[in-house]
Amino acid sequence: MSDAMRVEVVSPERVLFSGEATQVITRTLGGGEIAFLNGHAPFLGALDYCHTRIYLADGKVEDVAIHGGFVEVSNNKVSLLTDLAELGGEIDRARAMRAKEAAEERMRGEHDAEVEAALSRAHARLAASGGLTGTAAGAH
Amino acid sequence: MAGGQERILRGRIRSVQATKKITRAMELIAASRIVKAQQRVQAAVPYSEQITEVVRDLAAAGASSDSPLLTGRDTIQNVCYVAITADRGLCGGYNSGVLRAAEGEIKADVQAGRGYVVVPVGRKAEGYFRFRGYSLEKGFAGFSDQPGYANAKEIGEHVVKLYASGAVDKVVLVYTRFITAGSQEVVLRPLVPLEREVVQGGDGKPGTDGAGADYEYEPDPSAILDTLLPRYVEARIYAALLNAAASEHAFRQRAMKSATDNAEELIKSLSRIMNRARQDAITTEIMEIVGGAEALSGDSKTTHLIDLGPIGDDELFASVHNGL
Repeated sequence: MSDAMRVEVVSPERVLFSGEATQVITRTLGGGEIAFLNGHAPFLGALDYCHTRIYLADGKVEDVAIHGGFVEVSNNKVSLLTDLAELGGEIDRARAMRAKEAAEERMRGEHDAEVEAALSRAHARLAASGGLTGTAAGAH
Repeated sequence: MAGGQERILRGRIRSVQATKKITRAMELIAASRIVKAQQRVQAAVPYSEQITEVVRDLAAAGASSDSPLLTGRDTIQNVCYVAITADRGLCGGYNSGVLRAAEGEIKADVQAGRGYVVVPVGRKAEGYFRFRGYSLEKGFAGFSDQPGYANAKEIGEHVVKLYASGAVDKVVLVYTRFITAGSQEVVLRPLVPLEREVVQGGDGKPGTDGAGADYEYEPDPSAILDTLLPRYVEARIYAALLNAAASEHAFRQRAMKSATDNAEELIKSLSRIMNRARQDAITTEIMEIVGGAEALSGDSKTTHLIDLGPIGDDELFASVHNGL
């Protein structure tokens, strides 16, 4: 048996990604990061805002920013169901950066769920499009 | 007079031609949008299928949820109708079909002593129900052409809140299902509480070893189900919106095609009438000329004999010459 499994990233409007991969790292609500390898036991989880890495069978890594959703693993197939997701290559870094700064600015004043969500979204976007540290260096 | 009639007819033909151009353009636009809308319906299928599967697997795995979305209520006091129509008219019986179906259900409910409330989606639904004094909830409009998931989410959140608050005990979607470009049908689909057969009957897909899948959960199954169910409702609404949009374009294309055909027919018959009127006018004119000429030639003879006889052309001619 090959060590590849099927991975699908599905949003309500379209199938964002579909392909063979060897490993998927994502983050569940309250559970922290979790990695799925080939032959993982059936798993169902709710996803947090996160930067999901899909290690493709050909050695490349597909970065996806996932803004909440679900993951189902069964029969060597990983389905990421999400309300909203963006592939790393499609993210507008400058916009995400601005959103992050705006959210951080508001965080100083008040702490509510909405601002926090906005900040986590921005973090997920930035991480998926090239890492937070790289951004900080680029921004200054 | 005959000439006046011809001018009126020409004006009417011109106006029908202008209308025909518009309806033809609308027909072509609608036809091109059907394809896109259909693709969007197709693109939404994987998500809704998978989310249904997850709900089933969860239910099969014995995840119990106290979520009111699932349990339903013993007595149904109030029903909420989500009527999905277009924002614009000129699409044949599309809007009236949905509105009639919703109105029929509401009347049946009222007779049975139940309360109702309408959530109109699309300007036409809102206008219709408001004008007739039905009790309305917040309406949604402005996206009937190209609904996005965000629109479905908005409606879903509103409806779920309405249901959770106890204001309504049942939510029904009324929309037009897109079957093919040639056929669509108005359907009433119960949305909340979720139907038992949707949730049950999950076989819990067999795992790799052939046994029933024994899922690991994170967080616990009930918590997942609680966050999953509203999404499921949203996905159902989204699918309905997409179906409605595709149907709207199909209806509009058909309506505009028949309008164009009618305009053509009208132009044909009007030009026929106009041509006859013109021919009549020409005939009358010729008759008048001929009659006039006839009368003149007859006249000149008689005048020669009676009136002009005594003077005579030559005499007149001579007198003019003489005067010079």
